[in-house]
Amino acid sequence: MVDYIKSYLESTTTPGQAGNMFWAAVYILLIFLGLSVAVIAMNWLERKILAHMQVRLGPMRVGPHGLLQPIADAIKLLIKEDIMPSQADGFVFWVAPIVVVITAFTVFIVVPFGPTHAVTDMNIGVLFMLGVSSLSVLGIVMAGWASNSHYPLMGALRSSAQMVSYEIAMGLAVVSAVLMTSLNATGTGTLSMIGIVQSQQAQQVWFAFKFFPLGLIAFFVFAVAMVAETNRAPFDLPEAESELTAGFHTEYSGFRWSLFFLAEYSAMIAVSSIAVTLWLGGWLRPFPHLLGGSTWDLVFSLLPGITFLLLGLMAFVGVFRMPKHPYFRVQTIGLAGFGMVLGLIGLLLFLPEVRNRIQDIFWFSAKVAFFMYLYIWYRGTFPRYRFDQLMKVGWKALLPVGIGVLVLTAVAGVLL
Amino acid sequence: MVPISTLHYLVVAAALFVLGVIGVLTRRNVVIVLMSIELILNAVNLNLVAFSRIYGLHGQIFAIFVITDAAAEAAVGLGILIAFFRNKETVNMDEVDLLKW
Amino acid sequence: MQPVATTFFFYFLSGLTLIAGVLVITRRNPVHSALALILALLGQAGLYLMLYAPFVAGVQIILYAGGIMVLFLFVIMLVNIEKSQKEEQFNKQWIVGILAAVALGVLFVLVYTKGKSLFPERVAQLPEQSNTQEIAVMLYGNYMFTFEIASLLLLVAIIGAVVMAKKRI
Repeated sequence: MVDYIKSYLESTTTPGQAGNMFWAAVYILLIFLGLSVAVIAMNWLERKILAHMQVRLGPMRVGPHGLLQPIADAIKLLIKEDIMPSQADGFVFWVAPIVVVITAFTVFIVVPFGPTHAVTDMNIGVLFMLGVSSLSVLGIVMAGWASNSHYPLMGALRSSAQMVSYEIAMGLAVVSAVLMTSLNATGTGTLSMIGIVQSQQAQQVWFAFKFFPLGLIAFFVFAVAMVAETNRAPFDLPEAESELTAGFHTEYSGFRWSLFFLAEYSAMIAVSSIAVTLWLGGWLRPFPHLLGGSTWDLVFSLLPGITFLLLGLMAFVGVFRMPKHPYFRVQTIGLAGFGMVLGLIGLLLFLPEVRNRIQDIFWFSAKVAFFMYLYIWYRGTFPRYRFDQLMKVGWKALLPVGIGVLVLTAVAGVLL
Repeated sequence: MVPISTLHYLVVAAALFVLGVIGVLTRRNVVIVLMSIELILNAVNLNLVAFSRIYGLHGQIFAIFVITDAAAEAAVGLGILIAFFRNKETVNMDEVDLLKW
Repeated sequence: MQPVATTFFFYFLSGLTLIAGVLVITRRNPVHSALALILALLGQAGLYLMLYAPFVAGVQIILYAGGIMVLFLFVIMLVNIEKSQKEEQFNKQWIVGILAAVALGVLFVLVYTKGKSLFPERVAQLPEQSNTQEIAVMLYGNYMFTFEIASLLLLVAIIGAVVMAKKRI
């Protein structure tokens, strides 16, 4: 058994290519677990970071520094009453959150955490991700329709119009990145996610910095379009509370609402991983050639452990700053325990066996985490777009810029 | 079981085509008639792609063009439906019986 | 790589597509019909994948299920009136319609089974890995003219749909 696991660690293809059902199932379970942890962490991080940006503290009571707040939220949502409006279309009301969650989770089949660390590497990987995320629009339209009330209907129609408009700009930016993969010896590009990162590795430049400034403009177009695609600030008119009383998920309560919320965060992580794969070099570490050689490799491979040790250190700083009152004893012990767990993970990541294998996954996750921070930063900084301004930006600004960058990338690829 | 050959896919496509034709001929709601037309186009696409497995990629390219044309036709058809509905307040096919109103 | 459980997936996907097709033409509520059509389109994309046509399957999901069906759902919400769901759903000539369609289907099946010797049973080797690249080479090589005409057709359809649906021209 241990030999079987060890023999897999030496494999050179993804489980899907190799036709290995057991390992594909293990990868799928790991992705489920990772996504759940990521969504819980995002919930806590969003509330704390937004609060600190607004010069307040955020949740502090539930656990030490509010660390147990997401768990309390999850328990509250699970035990809430499940309300269905009486005139609502029962079957469609029930199926809408399921459709949204399924499409948000299915895209993670092709997300590459490393050269062999994807569930499978479809040769139409990018097309598959764009297609399945366009299916989530259907779930939102069904949710708004089935609630049989005008606020959800307006929110659903606005939300789906917005998502469909920005999908076009996303598609154009993606095509101009895929164009850059064809600048190799054979002259053919690839749509597979792992192939795109490998072509960035072969061309020794991340596509965001290729043909400067074209890669950067395409990256910028995709970054704006992906925020609008996931209905997040500043494009969150369809679910803004002051405008539409929570839009298409107004009539959903308890567990069904938490499914929408789960799907929104998963979709955020999914489109961020598309952006990271296409423009920011996926699992590649920064400066593999400028800072190459075995010592720099060693330094960069120590970074995952150092990151976790720093996080543990921040937890211990929080422990020292806790008030010395008997009421806070449990919280102090809890935070110290959490800090020790983080420190232990950091020490574990210093072992050479683990260090060499965890590199790709760490860099990919770090880049996606950077995008998550950008999402929260946008929410705390920008005011909301009005709906007509939103459609103007999508059709009259992003679409022509996308077409222009596509044409210029093609010309630059042929001439240079 | 018999190994799955092209004939199996052609029979499925024929069945989809027949379902689409039944929808067009028997339903009264214009939107459902338009959806049955989409079923017919899909049956044709399945036929094309099934044959392209034997004869080469031309079938798949034809199928891509058929999908493009289906999008254009659905857009125009639904535009006509909206214009019609604005005047007559009904989506019943039997009420479309005047050349000009 | 050998395909896995081809027979099971073929029967499952084609059964799903056909049952969804039956649901499309028999539901009273047009929203349910649209959802059944989405299911039929997704089953069809699976059948395309079994026929080693991944690019057409991707295009089907993006354009058909993610684009055209959203358009249909929008229009259904704009024109849905409760009155249409309480009316008679099938028109007066439904028996003749079904008989004619079934006769057409029988004709198809007869043509296929009697003419089975006309088309070769050998299967062309379409490698799945380079499907997109080969489609691109043919599309922008042999079929360039058709491609440009298709884009012109889409432009005309956009203008036509906008003009038809405007309140005043």
